Amino acid sequence: MNQRPDHTQLTAPDDGIAKGAVLLEVRNVSLAFGGVKAITDISFDVRKGEIRAIIGPNGAGKTSMLNVINGFYTPQQGTIIFRGIERRAMKPHHAVRQGIARTFQNVALFKGMSTLENIMAGRSVMMKRGIGWQMLWHGPALAEEIEHREKVEEIIDFLEIQHIRHIPVGKLPYGLQKRVELGRALAMEPSLLLLDEPMAGMNLEEKEDMSRFIIDVNQQRGTTIALIEHDMGVVMDLSDRVVVLDYGKKIADGPPDEVKNDQAVIDAYLGVPH
Amino acid sequence: MTRISASPDTFPKYLLLNAERFRGRPSMRHKDYGIWQSWTWDEQLDEVRAFALGLKAIGLRRGDKVAIIGANRPRLYWSFASIQSLGAVPVPVYADSVAEEMAYVLDHAEVRFAVVEDQEQVDKLLSIAERIPSLTEIVYDEKRGLRDYDHTHLHAYEDLRAVGLKRLAEDAGAGKEWLAEVEQGRGSDLAIMLYTSGTTGRPKGVMLSNDNLVKSAINGNAFDNLGADESTIAYLPLAWVGDHLFSYAQCYTAGFCVSCPESPDTVDADRREIAPTYFFAPPRVFENMLTAIMVRMEDAGRFKRRLFDYFLKHARKVGEPLLNGERVGFLDRLLYAIGEFVIYGPLKNRIGLSRLRVGYTAGEAIGPELFSFYRSIGLNLKQLYGQTEATVYITAQPDGQIRPDTVGLPSPEVEIRIADNGEVLYRSPGVFIGYYKNEEATRSTKTADGWVHTGDAGFFDRDGHLKIIDRAKDVGRLASGALFAPKYIENALKFFPDVKEVVAFGDGRDFCAVFVNIDLQSVGSWAERNNIAYASYQELAGHPRVYEIIAAHVDETNRRLAREPLMAGSQIRRFLVLHKELDADDGELTRTQKVRRSFIAERYGELIEALYDGSAEKYVETEVTYEDGRKGKISATIRIVDAKIYEAPAETIREAAE
Repeated sequence: MNQRPDHTQLTAPDDGIAKGAVLLEVRNVSLAFGGVKAITDISFDVRKGEIRAIIGPNGAGKTSMLNVINGFYTPQQGTIIFRGIERRAMKPHHAVRQGIARTFQNVALFKGMSTLENIMAGRSVMMKRGIGWQMLWHGPALAEEIEHREKVEEIIDFLEIQHIRHIPVGKLPYGLQKRVELGRALAMEPSLLLLDEPMAGMNLEEKEDMSRFIIDVNQQRGTTIALIEHDMGVVMDLSDRVVVLDYGKKIADGPPDEVKNDQAVIDAYLGVPH
Repeated sequence: MTRISASPDTFPKYLLLNAERFRGRPSMRHKDYGIWQSWTWDEQLDEVRAFALGLKAIGLRRGDKVAIIGANRPRLYWSFASIQSLGAVPVPVYADSVAEEMAYVLDHAEVRFAVVEDQEQVDKLLSIAERIPSLTEIVYDEKRGLRDYDHTHLHAYEDLRAVGLKRLAEDAGAGKEWLAEVEQGRGSDLAIMLYTSGTTGRPKGVMLSNDNLVKSAINGNAFDNLGADESTIAYLPLAWVGDHLFSYAQCYTAGFCVSCPESPDTVDADRREIAPTYFFAPPRVFENMLTAIMVRMEDAGRFKRRLFDYFLKHARKVGEPLLNGERVGFLDRLLYAIGEFVIYGPLKNRIGLSRLRVGYTAGEAIGPELFSFYRSIGLNLKQLYGQTEATVYITAQPDGQIRPDTVGLPSPEVEIRIADNGEVLYRSPGVFIGYYKNEEATRSTKTADGWVHTGDAGFFDRDGHLKIIDRAKDVGRLASGALFAPKYIENALKFFPDVKEVVAFGDGRDFCAVFVNIDLQSVGSWAERNNIAYASYQELAGHPRVYEIIAAHVDETNRRLAREPLMAGSQIRRFLVLHKELDADDGELTRTQKVRRSFIAERYGELIEALYDGSAEKYVETEVTYEDGRKGKISATIRIVDAKIYEAPAETIREAAE
């Protein structure tokens, strides 16, 4: 009898860290561009299995923080400890190999390629066969391609984007492009997924869909998620813990309810009379 | 194995027979993870038996009602046979019904179990569970998102299947026990309950027996010569009698393979891959396909467009005579063959119908031009007239006797008579047992000697073909006394790709006036090509240039109506373009997408008055309901436009005035 594959196959890789233990620690990190201090002495951690939100007003340093985490920027001071290993200078592709994947605030897909090809691209980092085999395509490279295609089809099914499988992503509406981007990040089977404003520019229905996918990714695959988001309703509903930045400094850190009532946070968002 | 009778009377018995006679042949396909997965008849038997034993393990008993809710997928089709094999009764329910409707149907049917597709349906059922006291167990197919739910009364399909397989492996008697259950099934047993969407009032549960379904399916197979080699795609709602007959009853009796699409959004692409030989669609689907073709042709290059126009013109001339087997000159045949190669063939391939042998349309009258278009490019599209209460077939068009304006001859074993008031009555082996728990409705629909009132007005033409004009109660007269058949006018206007829906008014009035719903796909594409900016459906619908287009269509429709003796009196004198799409969630359409005229007349009463009091525009506020039950309001000022009336030929006026 036919046996259908199960989504639960696609779980985050076991990295030897127990659920609830610290997966990523940011310790006293400072980042400056010349005289502009983007991030000043920030410390927080992300625990395995949680959804961690980073919020703050415009220019608070949220995206810079994500860029530091995935190695795009190297901070002048402080340390980043991922899976118990301290790291200093590194390139983004090293971060990918270590199990960190991300999506971008402005969709960064290959517009001329189809949904399927974009998600397949997410797996290229795991392809073991070199360019020689890839060009021959038959033999081991083909077997490898089939194996990766299976995983990609599971992601397509998971994100319910079967109907756009062969459509170039440039022709897709924005909400779907965001979903494809999430798919590409998932294809890397990350242990830490960074989402930079996953709901930006979406309508209510698209936001609800995206929220459901984020929860499913977190619960079914056990993927740890750190996200930046402006929609406070979404942040408060989704995340387990929230860290709040303002002018590059951390002003609050804790569960959503606590953060929501924090005076410093209210002041940062609403302004203080001088 | 126990003895298998040559002509089984239930579907589980057919399954046993098919697993023998069609061993190794595919019975079902489903596109999953981008690949067509198939199951043979013997594998299907294993699946059905395993799930049946699983259901038994959680307490399903003979006579229980089981709701089935979800999209077309193999496991839901298998559950029909699993449930029937234990003597229980499946009750498929429209998956997109709002919680309110679903609660009513499930409570009325007293379902004890429900087999559903995924989390969405589980959530919906849990939210209305307290209004369905009889419901105890829910089984779901898709596991996603349901892991952390309380599983005391919730079961995964896969787990029940595993329970069944385990029993079969461990207990040698389990298989025999199941066969004994199957043997107990009788042709006269209740096979299924289908709730009719009902253009008026609460849905009614139509009870169909195994005999109803088996005999209707066998007659249908014989009529169109359907065998085990057909291929179909299942994409219409499970709760609709048509899908149950085509994708289940006919599939089991003829032994052909049914394919389930990957998701409701991929039906078009999947149909292209499967290329069904036997295909059924309501006129709306054919309309949408034609609209999509026309829209794409507008974007094609000049050369292609001219080629397209030239060969379609030729097809209009000789395509239908060729299909009907009439004599056609050699040159015309040659030109048609070239057309087949350059235009018709690729076109049919594009819409996934290149292997089509028999296609049916029913549910609503199809526009004659639309119907002729498909026939002219060589697709054997036929019309069928049927009802849930008749197990579909009342009349159908035999090959070679196809006309767009009739619904054909009485189907095999069907008797038809026309009542004095014009209503069509029928009697056949497919006539339903009755409405569930509704003696009164049963009595008023089905006479003591088995005749059923269709509620449709019609007559037989000279060749014995039945012609349906409209719902018996909808046919009216204008104040002048001229006949007014709203559906006829609506269909004439709906042929234009820009028009999605029309509602015509005129009974007891001085003239005919209509509401028009634009087709967003078609008009939106036109707007894009003409640099017309719009932010919403409402804005596009109210755009002056859109009004110009619709006015041209209305004008063309009037010209056509003027040519027809009976209809010339009901030319459209005034029209407006509605600011919102008519929607089943707002109650304006039925779940099968038919216009609910009386409801619309009530809801848009102000607009109708404005059509008749001569005003040039009208401000309205309309309440809309979202799929989750929340309500909102939209408001708009709608323009009303006059249309030109054409002079009818002299003899017409005499006839109309009679």
